[in-house]
Amino acid sequence: MIVLDTILQGVLLGGLYALFATGLSLIFGVMRLVNLAHGDFMVVGAFAVLIGVDALGLPILLAAVVAGVVMFGLGYLLQSLLLNRTLGKDILPPLLVTFGLSIILQNGMLEAFSADTQRLDFGALSSASVPLGGGLAVGVIPLMTFASAVLVILFLNWLFYRTELGRAFRATSDKPEIAQLMGIDNNRIFALAMALALVVVAIAGLYLGARATFDPLIGPSRLIFAFEAVIIGGLGSFWGTLAGGVILGLAQTVGAQISPEWQTLAGHVVFLVVLVLRPRGLFPRHVD
Amino acid sequence: MTLYRPTRRRFLGTSAASLAATGLFAPAVHAQARAIRVGYVTPQTGPLAAFAEVDDFIIEGVLQAVAGGIQSGSASYTIEVIKKDSQSNPNRAAEVARELIIDDEIDIMLVGNTPETTNPVSTICEIEEIPCISSLAPWQPWFIGRQGNPGDPASWTEFDYTYHAFWGLEDVIAVFTNMWNQLETNRSVGGLFPNDADGNAWGDANVGFPPPLAAGNFTLVDPGRYENLQDDFSAQISAFKDADCEIVTGVVLPPDFATFWTQAAQQGYRPKVASIGKAILFPSAVNAIGDAAQNLSSEVWWSNVHPFASSITGQSAGDVCTGFEQATGRQWTQPLGFVHALFEVLVDVLKRTDDIRDAQGVAATIAATDLQTIVGPIKWDGAGLPPFAQKNVTKTPLVGGQWRKGDDGNFRLVIVDNQTYPDIPVTGDMEAIA
Repeated sequence: MIVLDTILQGVLLGGLYALFATGLSLIFGVMRLVNLAHGDFMVVGAFAVLIGVDALGLPILLAAVVAGVVMFGLGYLLQSLLLNRTLGKDILPPLLVTFGLSIILQNGMLEAFSADTQRLDFGALSSASVPLGGGLAVGVIPLMTFASAVLVILFLNWLFYRTELGRAFRATSDKPEIAQLMGIDNNRIFALAMALALVVVAIAGLYLGARATFDPLIGPSRLIFAFEAVIIGGLGSFWGTLAGGVILGLAQTVGAQISPEWQTLAGHVVFLVVLVLRPRGLFPRHVD
Repeated sequence: MTLYRPTRRRFLGTSAASLAATGLFAPAVHAQARAIRVGYVTPQTGPLAAFAEVDDFIIEGVLQAVAGGIQSGSASYTIEVIKKDSQSNPNRAAEVARELIIDDEIDIMLVGNTPETTNPVSTICEIEEIPCISSLAPWQPWFIGRQGNPGDPASWTEFDYTYHAFWGLEDVIAVFTNMWNQLETNRSVGGLFPNDADGNAWGDANVGFPPPLAAGNFTLVDPGRYENLQDDFSAQISAFKDADCEIVTGVVLPPDFATFWTQAAQQGYRPKVASIGKAILFPSAVNAIGDAAQNLSSEVWWSNVHPFASSITGQSAGDVCTGFEQATGRQWTQPLGFVHALFEVLVDVLKRTDDIRDAQGVAATIAATDLQTIVGPIKWDGAGLPPFAQKNVTKTPLVGGQWRKGDDGNFRLVIVDNQTYPDIPVTGDMEAIA
């Protein structure tokens, strides 16, 4: 029973990590930008939902939709006004700028929302669970998290492989110069990619805030798991990111079952093993 | 010999002094020397920022009360408080402490708000020979954590300039077991101890929870140290379920406790008692947990019903809490009393000292303190402490409380156990978690 429970909890935890990681995977895939402020944007997303609930009195899921729209706009502006200026041959400037953004976001939120611990309250749903018999139960929120991760990835795959915009994303990712020759405005494509990524980040923020409490400074702690899920799964592949998240989640719950000291460590060890054996991850999108 | 370097600040400073000397701007009180400079290091930003929320309210109130200056020795002085942000970072705390001592030339240091702030600042003060009064950190990490070799009690030494007032781990254990004994349970206790300074101390097989729990006929289930900021506690939950733990305890970060408590509810695990340190100190963290926070218990350092009054303003604990809530529109927090008490000790020491520029004399005056403060009596007499800590540490009362939802929807602390300090009234009965 414990084995089954551990696996179930690990897979569900993986859904959360996949959500954390998908936005990161998306922008890295399209524009090779490593966003060190990713974790902080999740907290921004969580606060955006919180404002919708507390200040506007919206039901939480509607507030999440509103937050998604706001984050879309924020992402578009962020990329077109700031990050596009840092992109180039050198990968260091965007890294430094997003590092700075991370500090600005944390302290800005601290100033705006105080150091108070906050939570996105799903009411009775937060502690609800589905009994599976034999003492096993899975929480409704973790299930929703996993389902959302799958839906987000289904949508992104459809967008990337079935639409004109997706073709533009892939073309820009493969060869930005040639894409430009074909009449694609790279800067606009990048801005749209960041906007989309921040929508995913808002969804991640929703579940981050529902699973536990959050405060303005909690973002960076989640960044490393997002990175590991992306790298394990392979760069540029969304299903790979889900697989990476699930592998990481499983490693952590199985490690914790051996001893809680092994929880975080087991995740890191699996990440390192994958990095040694398959440096490009388990399911890389293409060779470049 | 000191070289004269004409920086802007020095130039202005010396010019003002020479002008004053000519009598042009001679202050009204003829014997008044430069103000007493008090350094205060506090985590205004970073993960510990919630502690510093009370600072401005307290400092403004105290400065107002002593605005007329205080008589110290043969002269009257005004007090100037120079506050610096530690950014919740021990290295930064040490750096600003040094700035305060060297650049601002402070006469005395106050510091509180967790070992991450008190320890580096106290250590710098000890090296620089500046008297320092600290609080808001259990005494073991403050005293033992500052030793060259914390693992070897024989090597521990006393300090000359740094003094500390707070409770210790043994008090938390006493308060928790007293609360647990009030209820009918199977005496099986689950421990949530993270891999950090607090978690390792609480879970330590020699000085932590295990020996007194065993002596009190409790069985402790300790799955092992976990890393802070986890997203999953299923291993701990299944271990506690297996051992049928009706009591859960630990020293947990707020988000981790919320994760644990939510997941436990989803997994159908509901202990009768959850006595948790750290995670439920602040009302904002408890309110964030929501209805599931009803009857969570923890140690109480200070509350609005503590039967003590300020030695500076005469206000009762309740008055200070009400004043804070009215001034800020926020619920009172426990650091409120202790930060106030730090300034009470400061004012008392300054009044009793002969020469505030004599660091050794000031340190001796701190050691001789015997003051009734808003957090209880403060007197470095070594009561209830092992011999090595008796010089530098004094203990303040600790009782037990539970969080209950009030009529306004906010959770409030109810004192449910005062066996450790009967003068503090209980305001409710210990209740099992529904």
